[in-house]
Amino acid sequence: MRQTKRRSIHIPGGTSILASLISIGIGLVFGLILLVILNTKAAGGAFVSLVTTGFRSSDKFAKVLYQAAPLIMTGLSVGFAFKTGLFNIGATGQYTVGAAFALIGAIQFQLPWYVCVLLSLIGGAFWGVFPGLFKALFNVNEVITSIMFNWIAMFAVNLTINNLPMMLAKYWGGAQMDRTANLAQANPSALIPRLGLDTLMHSNYMNISIFIAVIFALIAWVILSKTTFGYELKACGYNRNASLYAGINAKRNIVFSMVIAGAFAGVGGGLYFLAGTGQYTLLKQLLAAGFNGIPVALLATSNPIGTIFSAFFVSYIQVGGDAMQPDFVKEIIDIIISVIIYLAAFALLTRELLSRSKMHREEEAESVASADAPAEKEEVSQS
Amino acid sequence: MNDYVIEMLNITKEFPGIRANDDITLRLRRGEIHALLGENGAGKSTLMSVLFGLYQPEKGVIKKDGKIVRIKDPNDANALNIGMVHQHFKLVEVFTVLENIILGVEPQKMGFLEKKEARKRVVELSERYGLKIDPDAVIENISVGMQQRVEILKMLYRDNDILIFDEPTAVLTPQEIDELMHIMRSFAAEGKSILFITHKLNEIMAVADRCTVLRKGKCIGTVDVKDTDKTKLSRMMVGRDVEFVVSKDDARPEDTVLDVQNLTVPSKLHKNNAVKNVSFQVRAGEIVCLAGIEGNGQTEFVYALTGLERPSAGEITLKGEPIVRIAARREKQKASSLPKARTTLMPIRQRSKLGMSHIPEDRQKFGLVLDYTLEENLVLQRYWEPAFQKNGFIKKPAVRQYAEKLIKQYDIRSGQGPVTSARSMSGGNQQKAIVAREIDKNPDLLVAVQPTRGLDVGAIEYIHKQLVAARDNGKAVFLVSLELDEVMNVSDRILVMYEGEIVGEFDPKVTTVEELGLYMAGAKRQSAERTVH
Ligand SMILES: Nc1ncnc2c1ncn2[C@@H]1O[C@H](COP(=O)(O)OP(=O)(O)OP(=O)(O)O)[C@@H](O)[C@H]1O
Ligand SMILES: [Mg+2]
Repeated sequence: MRQTKRRSIHIPGGTSILASLISIGIGLVFGLILLVILNTKAAGGAFVSLVTTGFRSSDKFAKVLYQAAPLIMTGLSVGFAFKTGLFNIGATGQYTVGAAFALIGAIQFQLPWYVCVLLSLIGGAFWGVFPGLFKALFNVNEVITSIMFNWIAMFAVNLTINNLPMMLAKYWGGAQMDRTANLAQANPSALIPRLGLDTLMHSNYMNISIFIAVIFALIAWVILSKTTFGYELKACGYNRNASLYAGINAKRNIVFSMVIAGAFAGVGGGLYFLAGTGQYTLLKQLLAAGFNGIPVALLATSNPIGTIFSAFFVSYIQVGGDAMQPDFVKEIIDIIISVIIYLAAFALLTRELLSRSKMHREEEAESVASADAPAEKEEVSQS
Repeated sequence: MNDYVIEMLNITKEFPGIRANDDITLRLRRGEIHALLGENGAGKSTLMSVLFGLYQPEKGVIKKDGKIVRIKDPNDANALNIGMVHQHFKLVEVFTVLENIILGVEPQKMGFLEKKEARKRVVELSERYGLKIDPDAVIENISVGMQQRVEILKMLYRDNDILIFDEPTAVLTPQEIDELMHIMRSFAAEGKSILFITHKLNEIMAVADRCTVLRKGKCIGTVDVKDTDKTKLSRMMVGRDVEFVVSKDDARPEDTVLDVQNLTVPSKLHKNNAVKNVSFQVRAGEIVCLAGIEGNGQTEFVYALTGLERPSAGEITLKGEPIVRIAARREKQKASSLPKARTTLMPIRQRSKLGMSHIPEDRQKFGLVLDYTLEENLVLQRYWEPAFQKNGFIKKPAVRQYAEKLIKQYDIRSGQGPVTSARSMSGGNQQKAIVAREIDKNPDLLVAVQPTRGLDVGAIEYIHKQLVAARDNGKAVFLVSLELDEVMNVSDRILVMYEGEIVGEFDPKVTTVEELGLYMAGAKRQSAERTVH
C-alpha cells in the first residue's frame, strides 16, 4: 500500500513546528551516516561535538548568535518574498550590496554604525528593485533576474572597492590587498555596539546584531499579519486572480515585496561586516550567507518568527561543524553541514511535494479530489 | 443474494469544530439512481468522499455486496469499481481528452505509451453511450459540458460500475443536463448504480429512484421518489416550506446606472470577437438579466464590464462616469477632425469604489483566496475601508464582528466560524460567502454571475429575495444566468445573447421559456430596433 499520510495545506502552528523538528532530525541522521561513512572511528566524537558545541561554552554560544543574525535577515528576505509568491534567490546579491554600502559608509565616509546599517538597508532594497520591476513590468521571471543581479552585484562591488584605495586594509596599515580595512582601525564608531555583552560572554563576536535581527523579524511579522499591505501581499501570493479581482495592485506589490526582501538581505550584509570580525574579501564568488537564507526560510515555512529559530539552528550546526576539526577537513565539514541543513529543509519540502504529487496522481488517475471537498485532508495515521 | 451493492452503515466523520456526518446510513441498490439531497454544508460531499476513500470515517463501516470493505484511498475505491465525478473537475488542462482519460492507467508496451488501443476503446465507449467528445482536443479549449463527459468516460474506461456524481449539473446548460439525465438512465438500465448529488429538485423527480436527505450531518431519511414531490422533499431538507417563486412587485426603474455602448471584446479562444458591438442600459430599480447558452460571450462581457479584461472597442458608463472608453484607431481619428479621444480604463478598485459589485462566475478562481480564512475573505473587497483599517493596520476586532454579522445573516455554515479556512468550506457555503460580501457592499450596480450556482433551495430563495430587495432599494442589478427558471423568476427585463450579440429583449411576464430557448439557440432574432415591451 502506498503511504497514506496526507498533508493539510493550511498547516496550523503546532504541526508545522513539529514538521520542522522532524525534518531537522532527518537532516541530523543523514549527517551522522555521512560521518560514519567518511571516518568511522571519529564519527561518534565528531557528531557529539557537532550537536553540543554551540551550547558548550558561552563564547561558542556567542558565535552562534553572531552568525545567526545575518541568517535571520536573509531568511526573512527569502521568506517574505515567498509569502508574495516570489522566489528571491537574489538574497546573496542584495546581501553583498548591503554589505558594500555599509562598509563604504563606515570606511570611506567615516559614518557611525547606525547610519551604516541604514545604508545597508538602502543598498539591499535598491538591489531588490530590479528583479521586482522586471517581473512587474515585463513579466520576466524573478529567478532569472535575481541570479544575473547576484553576479552583477558581486563584480560591481569588487570593482568599486578596488577603486577606492581608502577602503582596503593596506591603506590602514594592514598586510592584505584583497580585503577591506579592519573596522577597529578604520572607524571604531562604525562597529556595532557590544554593550558589554562581549565581556559578559567572553567573546569578541558578541554584539547587539542578534537583537537588531530579531527586531526586523518582528517587523516582518507585523507587516505580514497585521497590516493591509501584508494582507494584499499574501493575497497576491495565494491567488493572483483573486487579488486582481479584489482590485489589488499586484504589480506595485511585487515591486514592494522585492524591495522589502532586498532590504532585509541588505541589513544582513551590514550586520555581518559591521561586527568588525569579518572583512569583505574581493573574491570571485557569491557569498553563501545569502543562499543559506533559502533553507532558513524553508525550515521556518516562511514564518518570520520561525525564521529566528531556524536561523539559530543553521548557525548552531555551523559552529558545531567547525569543532569537528581536525578529525574531518574543512571541506568535508562544509559538505556535511550543507547536507544536514539542506536535507532538513528539503525533508520539509519533499513532504509537501510528495503529498502534493500523490494527490495529483490520485486526482489524475481516478478523478479524485475536489475543490469542494478540498485538497485539505486531515492527517491520516500510517496504516 | 444481497440487494445492495453498497451499504454505508452508521458513518460518522468529524472535522475540527463540526460533525460533517453523524451516524449516517445509506444503502445503494444495484441499478438504481440514488439521489443525495441536503442543504449546503449538510455533509453530502463528505459522505461521498468517505465512499471514495478520500476521508476515513471515525465510526461506521462500508459494505460492498454484503462484505465489509476498507477503502483507504481512491485506489482501493477504484479496485472496488467505484468512480467519482467531482463538481470541480480535475483534468490536466494542457493534455488532450484521450491523455486525460488514460492517465494513471496508461497502456504500455515496454515503457512506451500505447495509445492506439486506448483510443479505440475510448471512441467505442463514447459512441456506445452517446458521450460526444473529440479525443484530440486539449482540455483547456473545450466546454465545461465536454469536460464533464471526459470525466464520465474516465470512470467508464476504468470499468467502474458504482458511479458518484457530485453536483454534476451545477455547471451544465439545460440542454446538457437533459443529455446527462439520459445517459444516467442508460447506465442504470445496464445495472450500474449511481449516487447523484444535486440541489435541483426537478432533476431528482426526473431521474432518481430513491432519495436520501441529509440535514446538518444527520440522515433525515430515504424516500421513494415516486411517493414524494418537490414540496415534501424541500420540507424534509430545510425543515420548512420553501417558496420556489419570489414574490415581487413591478419594477419602478429610475435613472440609468449602467450604460453600455457598442462594446466589443476579443476572444481568447478564437480569432473572432467574443462580444460584438453590444449596447444596452440598466437602470436603478430594475433587474436586467443576460441570458444565453454558456460560451456565447457572457463571460467575456462580464470581464470587460468588471475590469478583468480589456475590450477592443466601445464605451461603458457607470453612474455617468466613463469606466471604459476605447479610443478609435488612429486612421479614423485623422479622418474625422474630432478632438482626440483618450482611452479610459478605470482600475477595478476604482470601479468598486464607484459602486460596482461583482459576484464572479468562477468562485474559486476569482472569488476567494482559499488559503485565507472566512473572515479574511469576507473583507476582500473592503479591507481598505476606514471601518476595517487604521493607518494601514487591519482592525481585527472590526473584521471579526463584521464577519460574524454576515455569517449569521446569510447563514454561512462552517466548522469554525470566522476563522475557518475557506478551502475547507463546502462549495455552497463558499458561494454564500461571496454573495454575502458582494451584496452587503450595498453597491449601486450589482453584477451577479450565476449567483446561486451550487446553492440549496433555501439559500436560493434567500439570495433571490436579496436581489429583489436590492432592486427595491433603488439599486441596479445585472444578472447573468444560465438557469432559465432563475431568469424568468427574478428578472424584470431579459436580454438574450447569442454568439456575442444581443439578439432579443424580453419581458418575463410576456415571454415563455420556449421562446427564449429559440433565441438562445440562434434560431430566431429580433430586428435591429428592438421590441420594447
Ligand atoms: N476538509 C475539511 N476540513 C474541515 N471541514 C470540512 C472539510 N470538508 C468539509 N468540511 C465541513 O464539513 C461540512 C460538510 O461539508 P460538505 O462539503 O460535505 O457539504 P455539502 O453537503 O457537500 O455542501 P454543498 O452543497 O455546499 O456542497 C461543512 O460544514 C464543511 O465546512
Ligand atoms: Mg458539496
